[in-house]
Amino acid sequence: MSEVIWGLATSHVPSIGAAMDRGMHDDPVWSKLFAGYQPAREWLADRTPDVAVLVYNDHANGVDLDIVPTFGIGVAESYAVADEGYGRRAVPDVVGHPELSFHLLQSLVDDGFDMTVFRELDVDHGFTVPLSVWTPDPGDAWPCPVIPLMVNVISYPQPTAARCYALGQALGRALASYPEDITVGILGTGGMSHQLAGTRAGFINPEFDAMFLDAIEHDPAKLAALTREDYIREAGSEGIELIMWLVMRGAMNAQVTKVHSAYHVPASNTAAGLALFDNRAPVRA
Amino acid sequence: MTSPQPSPTYVFDGPTSLRGHRMNKMFMSLTKAQAREEFLADERAYCARFGLGPEHTEAVLRRDWQAMLDLGGSIFYVYKLAMMDGLSMQYLGGVFTGMTEADFKAAMLAGGRTDV
Repeated sequence: MSEVIWGLATSHVPSIGAAMDRGMHDDPVWSKLFAGYQPAREWLADRTPDVAVLVYNDHANGVDLDIVPTFGIGVAESYAVADEGYGRRAVPDVVGHPELSFHLLQSLVDDGFDMTVFRELDVDHGFTVPLSVWTPDPGDAWPCPVIPLMVNVISYPQPTAARCYALGQALGRALASYPEDITVGILGTGGMSHQLAGTRAGFINPEFDAMFLDAIEHDPAKLAALTREDYIREAGSEGIELIMWLVMRGAMNAQVTKVHSAYHVPASNTAAGLALFDNRAPVRA
Repeated sequence: MTSPQPSPTYVFDGPTSLRGHRMNKMFMSLTKAQAREEFLADERAYCARFGLGPEHTEAVLRRDWQAMLDLGGSIFYVYKLAMMDGLSMQYLGGVFTGMTEADFKAAMLAGGRTDV
């Protein structure tokens, strides 16, 4: 069986990637955000898994609005970094893991999740920024193969939070039934509170974000019980992306150990959050 | 169908997505470098190629960002045009809220708009 060793939840705002690509670590607007990432990066550097599964959403780069898959999974050998309209980020393309992808696909379909299958997929900032948060200097390649798990969060109706949590639980079962002994890291991405369009643009809700950061560790069922309207109202019409953290959390054990968390306003027009969880039971002395 | 729209929150729902579909498809095409060149060479003709009606075409040509939203633009698609123009999401945030870009940035740096 494969073992989920950690879960990393993080914002994926494009400007975080742009700030990193331009070497703005010490810029006063960005330095606090990046300082908040440091403990997580150090812990992760010693715990590279065999494969990672990255739960994310596309932003008009890998798919358009002709076809909107509610849930999708990549099965390709590699995924190119998308040109989002201003040239592609200078980061490595993503190596996939088709064998595990097909295992997950069949297991999820058998478990009642009728996934859309991506044999080709360009990945955008929703995917590469979380990889950069994990690994700021990847060199020629990311630390391990990564499987994209796509969630529609930009076109109403998004899947419910409860369904995202249930998908995560099914993903956990699917990973546990994989015949090979491999280690897996799971990334849940997006959020936290933000709204880009309309008169509520710039909306931030630190109370909701604090509640969410605590509950994602201790009481994810409470977050799964919120309606999409709750998310839109409390976290903003783009803050609903937080439902993707629940896919990550569902794939982990009921009890997890928080390694590190960070919260910073602003990253572009958003509240940026990070939460890193160890999925292995603490070793008793 | 019930409205998912807690006012004044903008939600990209079914009717909105149909209203803006051709315009969003046009914005999507701008992920290709050659398409960006063709668009900039003759914006009106490029809009016509994607079947945009007069209202949508005028909103694009006049860079009326609020009108693009009202006509069914998804912010992630509209943003592709803004990026081509060298404009930031903070600039757009200012347009949508009646602030200058500098004031909108300052509001974000002060912790965001927590009272809306």
